[in-house]
Amino acid sequence: MSGHPTYQPQSAFMRWMERRLPIGGLIYSSFVVYPTPRNLNYWWTFGGILAFMLGVQIVTGVVLAMHYTPQVDFAFDSVERIMRDVNYGWLLRYLHATGASMFFLAAYIHMFRGMYYGSYKDPREVLWILGVILLLLMIITGFMGYVLPWGQMSFWAATVITNLFSAIPLVGEPIVTWLWGGYAVGNPTLNRFYSLHYLLPFVIVGVVVLHIWALHVAGQNNPTGVEPKSEEDTVAFTPYATIKDSFLLAVFCILFAWFVFYIPNFLLAPDNYIPANPAVTPTHIVPEWYYLPFYAILRAIPNKLFGVMALGASILILAFLPWLDTSKVRSARYRPLYRQFFWVFVIVCVGLGWLGGKPPEGNYVLIARIFTVYYFAFFLVILPVLGKVERTKPLPNSISESVLREGKPIGAQAPPPAGAKV
Amino acid sequence: MAAARTILALAVSLAAPALAQEQETPAPPMNKWSFAGPFGKYDRAQLQRGLKVYREVCQVCHGLKLVAFRTLADPGGPGFTIAQATAIAAEYQVKGEPDDQGEVKDRPGRLADVFPTPFPNDQAARARYNAVPPDLSVIAKARGYERGFPRWVGDIFTQYQEQGVDYLTALLHGYRDSPPAGVTLPPGNFYNEYFPGHAIAMPPPLTDKRVDYTDGAPMTVEQYAKDISAFLMWTAEPHLEARKRVGMQVFIFLIVLAGLLYFTKKKVWHEVELHPEKLKPRPPSEYPRA
Repeated sequence: MSGHPTYQPQSAFMRWMERRLPIGGLIYSSFVVYPTPRNLNYWWTFGGILAFMLGVQIVTGVVLAMHYTPQVDFAFDSVERIMRDVNYGWLLRYLHATGASMFFLAAYIHMFRGMYYGSYKDPREVLWILGVILLLLMIITGFMGYVLPWGQMSFWAATVITNLFSAIPLVGEPIVTWLWGGYAVGNPTLNRFYSLHYLLPFVIVGVVVLHIWALHVAGQNNPTGVEPKSEEDTVAFTPYATIKDSFLLAVFCILFAWFVFYIPNFLLAPDNYIPANPAVTPTHIVPEWYYLPFYAILRAIPNKLFGVMALGASILILAFLPWLDTSKVRSARYRPLYRQFFWVFVIVCVGLGWLGGKPPEGNYVLIARIFTVYYFAFFLVILPVLGKVERTKPLPNSISESVLREGKPIGAQAPPPAGAKV
Repeated sequence: MAAARTILALAVSLAAPALAQEQETPAPPMNKWSFAGPFGKYDRAQLQRGLKVYREVCQVCHGLKLVAFRTLADPGGPGFTIAQATAIAAEYQVKGEPDDQGEVKDRPGRLADVFPTPFPNDQAARARYNAVPPDLSVIAKARGYERGFPRWVGDIFTQYQEQGVDYLTALLHGYRDSPPAGVTLPPGNFYNEYFPGHAIAMPPPLTDKRVDYTDGAPMTVEQYAKDISAFLMWTAEPHLEARKRVGMQVFIFLIVLAGLLYFTKKKVWHEVELHPEKLKPRPPSEYPRA
């Protein structure tokens, strides 16, 4: 969007700075006058929430790392020491453990929003793919973090997940040994997971920068899926988006605080308060809730190799979404059929999450298989075909028109409102 | 939407028989705990009684290796004075530090020490009891039971976090003299209604009047079970009271903040919603004052 005001440094120092490192101008153009579609709803505030959660995880994580001992004999007790003897250690640890769940919750909402409104379509493919990479990094980082307290679930999750690589033909076993740094999950495994758990969040920060950069090049999508056409279609990031994001962030923090202060162990498995014991296998090895859908897909397939492939494919397939969805219309608002399939997809994902926590027996396996088939069919069959056969509703001429005509029939045939530039 | 409803109904109907199979061990009864809920606080007298039960019954086999004597006098705990905690510590013999000759001798415990573990290692415990009695420091969080759908959803709102203590209480008075007909126990095991698999290696630890209470609380297995469970909740969550207190402060702050932000948002967006056609992006300094 052209024509929005440029940065005018107010102080002598900022004028001096601006000729040397124009950071004021960068912040001003990216977070103050940056035009955002005026019709963004609250589902668009989760990007900001995610940035906040990443900050929370890094700050609490760095302090926790000052007190944690990455050694198999001391790791469990050192976490308990943090909970007991470090000032507000209980708060840091519960913030960090619960924060991971909140981070994933926000990420999943953010992704479902992107899918509902077709935010991954031209010209935002790279933006979307960077998001998929972020999800992958989050999954790896979260898993490694879960291993660090060295409880029963930590140990057995590490064993089960690293063992997945043994399904790879020929090189599987050597790869697993290489990952472990030995012939079983042990001290070298814990050490490298700790090292990587500290490293990867900063890789995530780097990819987030790229993600925001790509966002600011392509601009935000919006609930109509129609690109802003004039200045009337947008509002300045500050104060409009800033205040809206802040409000929902505060609401999100209320949810976060509810879990941290009142039910901090709701999302943690009791078994992880039992120190790791390689000689005793827990009855049910269940990952954290945010991995359950993928875990259900893994177990739905009777063959280990194909199960692992399906697990990997279930995440990687997201990266191809911009090309699998053949429809030119972005927003599900104007795609009556897609909207139905989308909500079924949401139910299937939640259902897979529920099944991932159930023992793989009887009807659970059957439902998990049906849901897994739908999960992949959604991407590989429904989306490509739907784009060809679906009769979409007429799109509004512009965001302004859609906003002005909210509640009344909108469509290409409707005359643009007086004064609106089209 | 219709399709979504169909698939949901299908999933639920398929899952129903599978759900029925899960009810093997009865769910422990839910007790009233003083530390439950957003304003929960430990009952000092109950924690002190629980410590007494621990010292007279449990500690023969079970350690509390994460609990330091000094914490007995910490705020939000059993409420002992420093002098009382020091006296309790002194009643224990703990491994001392090497002296000038390099000899390590036992010495009376101090505030900084933790409760000594009853066995030098797992092998020693197994040789004696044919099983390793678990350390009890975090046992109240390390045990629990499946709440099942939809109760676990309700737990988010009711803040039910007492699965562990409810389970421990039930376990401690869940012993039956003889297993039901048709059930044979492995040698050296006991039948417990609430233990997963029912065969537990721990003999029934509590009997009526086994521990003398001086504060008039009933000296029954049921009361002992509740007191020791509450005490173990405290050893597992020594900062529970501080957590809930800070939580309430954070909550009030966040609700006020969210309210203020909501009205600020309403005000800022007022013009956009009223006269959307008039707006152009401009720096915040140029916004009209209403």
